[in-house]
Amino acid sequence: MATATVTAIPTDTGIETRNYLNADYGLKSWLLTTDHKRIAWLYLIAITFFFLVGAIAALLIRIDLLVPQGLIVTPETYNKLFTMHGIIMVFLFLIPSIPAVFGNFLIPMMIGARDVAFPKLNLLSWYVFVTGGMFVMYAIAAGGVDTGWTFYTPLSTSYLNTHVMAAAAGVFIAGFSSILTGLNFIVTIHKMRAPGMTWFRMPLFLWSMYATSVMQVLGTPVLAITLFLVAIERMFHVGIFDPALGGDPLLFQHLFWFYSHPAVYIMILPSMGVVSELIAAFSRKRIFGYEFVAFSSVAIAAISFLVWGHHMFVSGESVYAGVVFSALSMAVAIPSAIKVFNWTATLYKGSISFDAPMLYALGFIGLFTMGGLTGIFLATLAVDQYVHDTYFVVAHFHYIMVGGAIMGYMGALHYWWPKMTGRLYPDRWARVAAFIIFIGFNLTFLPQFVLGYLGMPRRYAIYPAQFQSLNVLSTAGASILGVGYVIPLIYFIWSLRYGPVAGPNPFRAKGLEWTTPSPPPPHNFEQTPIVTEEAYAYGSGVPHSV
Amino acid sequence: MSDAHPHVAVAEQFDDAEQQHEAAGLGMWIFLATEIMFFGGLFASYTIYRNLYPAGFLAGSGLLNAKIGAFNTVVLITSSLTMAMAVHSAQLGRRKALIGFLFLTLLLGLTFVGVKLYFEWYHDYLTHVAPGFGFHPEGADLARIHALHAPLSAVELFMCFYFLMTGVHALHMVVGVGILTVLIVKAWRGRITRESHNIVEMAGLYWHFVDIIWIFLFPLLYLLGVTR
Repeated sequence: MATATVTAIPTDTGIETRNYLNADYGLKSWLLTTDHKRIAWLYLIAITFFFLVGAIAALLIRIDLLVPQGLIVTPETYNKLFTMHGIIMVFLFLIPSIPAVFGNFLIPMMIGARDVAFPKLNLLSWYVFVTGGMFVMYAIAAGGVDTGWTFYTPLSTSYLNTHVMAAAAGVFIAGFSSILTGLNFIVTIHKMRAPGMTWFRMPLFLWSMYATSVMQVLGTPVLAITLFLVAIERMFHVGIFDPALGGDPLLFQHLFWFYSHPAVYIMILPSMGVVSELIAAFSRKRIFGYEFVAFSSVAIAAISFLVWGHHMFVSGESVYAGVVFSALSMAVAIPSAIKVFNWTATLYKGSISFDAPMLYALGFIGLFTMGGLTGIFLATLAVDQYVHDTYFVVAHFHYIMVGGAIMGYMGALHYWWPKMTGRLYPDRWARVAAFIIFIGFNLTFLPQFVLGYLGMPRRYAIYPAQFQSLNVLSTAGASILGVGYVIPLIYFIWSLRYGPVAGPNPFRAKGLEWTTPSPPPPHNFEQTPIVTEEAYAYGSGVPHSV
Repeated sequence: MSDAHPHVAVAEQFDDAEQQHEAAGLGMWIFLATEIMFFGGLFASYTIYRNLYPAGFLAGSGLLNAKIGAFNTVVLITSSLTMAMAVHSAQLGRRKALIGFLFLTLLLGLTFVGVKLYFEWYHDYLTHVAPGFGFHPEGADLARIHALHAPLSAVELFMCFYFLMTGVHALHMVVGVGILTVLIVKAWRGRITRESHNIVEMAGLYWHFVDIIWIFLFPLLYLLGVTR
């Protein structure tokens, strides 16, 4: 067993011990690393870049919608903007966000392992991801793509002369990164747990990561073959999906949503895992109904594969299929509600502190609940007939993806940042930023529920004049949201050099990752830990040394 | 536990050889599950179109040569046997037998791909039944299609799925041939011992999987009722 010898290396930074960040220097030591913690950083840097590109597209969309006829871009450019925003945010930011960054950093540490099961494969996943990302960036630089992030046929295969192939190739390639990461995590959680770390002693973050990985592994290959078929139809003009050539466009939608609906849960489940960690740590209580929360993650993953048809209620699928998909979609509300109720019950009589990560967790619960409940509206056949393809849908899924998934991601960043860097960020600024994000988010997307209910369709560059005031409100909110995202970027970078030293466990939290120094040594643990207590044992004795 | 595998190089993230062995096995099975989902998309699409265009698929199947398909099926099943023997030899540490069986498997795999490429795909291209390359069946082919009242576009769709499914399968065969080559070189240099036979076992799983895919492809594509 390779144990890291801890020798005191005096540095001027105040963090004395040898750790994964100072164990080796130079670009090569990062680009060829197999350390899961360094790979997490590689992902963090890559997805932050993609997030910025996607955010710029969003900003341009909102600015353009300030006036009914469009303020700055042509309708053609507008189509490209929302397409690029969707493709980048879904495939290059949200899907890798928590799994690839925090899953990588935390899974081995939380189970008491030295690394993931296949470290080289892990590094390969990052290169595959970046290659896919570069294809998408090329598609933008070469002039953009305007299919919508959904690549619907026959629009994408027979009618558009934009860079569909490059964008689809990028998504195809990035998908394999997702598959390999999921595979790695499943094997790691199955085979690498430290002695005593039974399934029901695992932190709930691991349960949600496990369920997420199963979806990545089983869903993503179907997206891959679907995009492959799109490419074949586009290249050889054979009628796989194009009805003019004898194909079936509905088949494309079935195949696409078979992956892309579970993909929504690939985005939200990791955030739910993060929220479980945060609620427990800042209420200083074991999560109420641990087993129910754990199994609700598995249930969400299972049901996620049976609900894709709710994207096709008005596309021409049969009424009977619609009824079944409607009922199954509503069934997702059950495990989701189990989580929300159990988090809320955990708060009850907890000693709650409102540190920045906790603000994000509480924000998540509220916003996810709104996103989830409006999802039930949309799963209702009769309501969906009326609001499908309107801003109501846009608002709904942004409440899940931004209000849910990104809130959880920001919470995770603030909670584990001291562990990853050994440094504290200014908590006051962090709380201010959390409030700004919460306010900006709601101001952006609440008006869109109203707009959609009033009948404003999505994906149009122009709109009737009576919708202008609500659109201006939404754009104002987006500006505030943008400020809310820039502030953490500044203080996180600031903290890398000037932040106070965090110590191993600044939040006095439970969990194996907090038993190591911050930043952790290259192999995480001096000796393989032996686990003797359940997760979140906040009631039992003194918390770990501060 | 580690006594059972005394000479295996255990990677630093693992505690012992057994953990390493189990992790590799589970990883391989999960990978095969992703492969099933990948091919599953093709099989599902095939099923839907076969239901939509039964006559077209029947006529399309008639364009294929079931005898060559059957020959290739026998070749592949035999290669599965030699692969299983290779794994067995590796477990027993018989180096010469291992190299021999790996080489036989490689030859059979190359035979399959060669036959597919020359006697089937190239032939299809010459007789203008390859979709996307000026699809217009002639002579007896065309007469058979007319006899079944099959729309030409549906026949082309069948041929499209034939090329896609056998093409993706053949791509997996080529990857398998690459893996076998690496294994043969390793075995030749004495790098594969009784204790480190794991790598042969994993390659075997992959090879058998690719064979099984073909076992499904053969009847679905070649045996729809009309043969020439």
